[in-house]
Amino acid sequence: MIRYAWLVPLFPALAFPVIAFITRRLRTLSALVGIGAIAASFVLSLGILWETLTSGVTMEKPVEYALSWLALPGAKDWVLKIEAGVLVDPLSAVMLLVVTLVALLVEIYSVGYMHGDPGFSVFFGYLSLFSASMLGLVLANNFFMMFFFWELVGLCSYLLIGFYFHKPEAARASLKAFVVNRVADFGFMLGFFYLFLMFKTFNFRELAEALPHAPHMGLLAVAATLIFAGPIGKSAQFPLHVWLPDAMEGPTPVSALIHAATMVAAGVYLLARAFVLFASIPEVSLLVAYVGGFTALFAATIALTQRDIKRILAYSTMSQLGYMIMAMGVGSMTAGMFHLTTHAIFKALLFLGAGSVIHALHEQDIFRMGGLAKDMKVTTATFVLGALALAGIPPLAGFWSKDEILLAAYSNGYTGLYILGTVVAFLTSFYMFRLIFVAFFGRRRAGLHGHESPKCMTVPLIILATLTVVAGFIGAPFVPHGFSSWVYFGEPHHLEPNYFVMVTSTLVAILGIYLAWLIYGKEVISAEALAQRWRSIHTVLYNKYYIDEAYLWFFRRVVLGLAEAFHWHDRHVVDGIFDGVGDTVRWSGYRLRYLHSGSLPVYALVFFAAVVVFVLWVATPVIGGIR
Amino acid sequence: MITLNHYLMLGGVLFVIGLFGALAKKNAIAVLMGIELMLNAVNINLAAFNRFLNPDKVVGLVFAIFVIVVAAVEVAVGLAIVINLYRQRLNTSVDEADWLKW
Amino acid sequence: MGSTLTLVAFWILFVLVVASALAVVLLRNIVHSALYLVLSFVGVAGIYILLEAEFLAAVQILVYVGAVSVLLIFGVMLTRRGNIRQSNLFNAFSLAAGVVSLALCVLIILALARTPASLPLGSWPVDTVGALAEAFLGPFVVPFEVAAILLLVGIVGAILIAREVKEDK
Repeated sequence: MIRYAWLVPLFPALAFPVIAFITRRLRTLSALVGIGAIAASFVLSLGILWETLTSGVTMEKPVEYALSWLALPGAKDWVLKIEAGVLVDPLSAVMLLVVTLVALLVEIYSVGYMHGDPGFSVFFGYLSLFSASMLGLVLANNFFMMFFFWELVGLCSYLLIGFYFHKPEAARASLKAFVVNRVADFGFMLGFFYLFLMFKTFNFRELAEALPHAPHMGLLAVAATLIFAGPIGKSAQFPLHVWLPDAMEGPTPVSALIHAATMVAAGVYLLARAFVLFASIPEVSLLVAYVGGFTALFAATIALTQRDIKRILAYSTMSQLGYMIMAMGVGSMTAGMFHLTTHAIFKALLFLGAGSVIHALHEQDIFRMGGLAKDMKVTTATFVLGALALAGIPPLAGFWSKDEILLAAYSNGYTGLYILGTVVAFLTSFYMFRLIFVAFFGRRRAGLHGHESPKCMTVPLIILATLTVVAGFIGAPFVPHGFSSWVYFGEPHHLEPNYFVMVTSTLVAILGIYLAWLIYGKEVISAEALAQRWRSIHTVLYNKYYIDEAYLWFFRRVVLGLAEAFHWHDRHVVDGIFDGVGDTVRWSGYRLRYLHSGSLPVYALVFFAAVVVFVLWVATPVIGGIR
Repeated sequence: MITLNHYLMLGGVLFVIGLFGALAKKNAIAVLMGIELMLNAVNINLAAFNRFLNPDKVVGLVFAIFVIVVAAVEVAVGLAIVINLYRQRLNTSVDEADWLKW
Repeated sequence: MGSTLTLVAFWILFVLVVASALAVVLLRNIVHSALYLVLSFVGVAGIYILLEAEFLAAVQILVYVGAVSVLLIFGVMLTRRGNIRQSNLFNAFSLAAGVVSLALCVLIILALARTPASLPLGSWPVDTVGALAEAFLGPFVVPFEVAAILLLVGIVGAILIAREVKEDK
């Protein structure tokens, strides 16, 4: 099975041109092609994971094979070698399964959600292209190839955010996502080129082997920091987070697949892939941990005041990604990847549930919803399950993985980050249940009535909900040979269950839910009064700390001002030089053309004048020079 | 005592006079005359060098005769061109001969 | 021939050649110029005799005095237009031409004056005509034939160029 791992991205990659060029007009067939391709990849991924776990492939002994894509001899004794290769270890095997599973369910769900949309076929084409790119990214065995697919998923993200390109907000959001990601990707690119200059290879394993012999730790830290710019952009970490909330302009299944479960997790995956690099530089690890922790808190506080159901989930995603990155930073790749896996499942569930609501109501403001529990039983049940998982209520998936991150922070001595994480857990459960009490259980505020979504949408919800209950146990501390013995860095370390951490996080989660119930469910505490009382804080949070405005100001004033200066320089200095050269040549030609009189005597005269000069030169030794 | 330098002096002066004629005259036939004078000056030099530097062989004289042959041909062709020029423009002034710029 | 006599003859010929050449260049009447050109050619022939190159002198008289001069006079005749007294004027660049020529003259005289010239006269064949004949039909036979072809081509070319072209309308 592992021998055929390269087929996993190939199926959807083939589905894309088939849909784009052949079955575009046949909507049902397009959907079937897309779903069939990703289903094949899913089955293959299951097989790969099974074989990986049973045949002794471990993190130290991965299976790697590659084609040489480009080999150019360089200066001295090294060659520029770029491979197209596949690296299968438990990390990529788990990731493959997560991506194909979520992609498969999202594509099935999309059949219902996108029903009747004029771009139905195109949508499945883009989804297939995205899946192919994402799977390629997961399997890549070197930085160059990873970057290639990294850019491709960015492209797909751009295409899918702007799927409703006739809406100006969607077009703007797609542009924003693209531009912000370019900034980050440029840093990433510089970083791994820098690594290449130091170690003469892009290959992950060769880099890991060469790393202890790094010529200069400072330069290595610079390279690692630059590479970390990639995850900051892709996984929407502060300060490049601004694109993710706007990305919610895309269709909801896209938000579930790309902007919740898989693509945004690519940054975390990159950190896991290059974990050896980050682990070897404590300063950069610390930076990673604090960026992640700060983003987790920052996004969670914004989520408290938002009204748009998808934006709340988007900020929640940012916050959870911050958790994962914090886990990477505090040195527990296992915890980060475990949370990635469970989060992919329950966040996809939440987004698909939100999509189901939007599909029924055509409304995204939670304060215009209400009482949905009566209309949409399956959606409500699964959504609440997902929210409980996200809040970290045992024994659901989110509890185990979040707990492991908190435990890692706690036991590795990052007490500050542990407290921060616990606070975020409280905020998370609060804003999730604020959403649930307002939208699903509250009174009908705008008189909108929902209806249950079709089977092809509810079945994926049920599958994901089931997985949400089950998936946590693969990594639960009392399960032997679980997740932590597959995906690890260095030694497989099985953290002992810490009941203090478990109980605390559960308690704060329940506290959050209770508070949300008091304010929005029972309404004994008035939300308006709170907002009035903490008016300034509320305004700042509601406006997302004015980060967008700050960027806009920066862009308008500084960037455009600089651009203006460069424009002036280009116009007057650069163009001036070239225009000046042209004018000089033209002017001198205008003057010199009188030399070409065509007159015989002048030519003869000039010729003989030259002869005189030549004779003078030849005769100088005889004459004895001009004295 | 007559020396090589005497003849070379004559050749040089004759050449310069011919050059001046070829450069400064307006009439194309006068230009040809100047060229003939220059060729004669060269022939004097050839003969003188032959006589003084390498008297065993008559190579210089052979050269001079070739020059005379070429000069004769040149005058014939040159005059033909001048006559053609005259037909086209009804004068033989080299001042007007500015066709080289086309 | 005594060396003094040779010297005297040389200077006479020198004055003759240079004076008539100057006349060719400076006179304003093209016919007069052509006649002085003949005189100059004759003087050069005398120089060849002084150099003991009698055959060359004969060729000079035949070709230059006989043929070239006549050709030039024919040319004058065929292209004559306007006042003959003003037929041989200087062009617009005579001053520059004078400067260039004078510079070259000064250079040549300077170079000659600074060159030691005490070269003795070597043995010279009594029969230069025979020596020339052997040279032309011996080592120089190919150039000799090529010169013959050149003459032919020159004549044909001259006829072609000078031929009157019928206006074809």
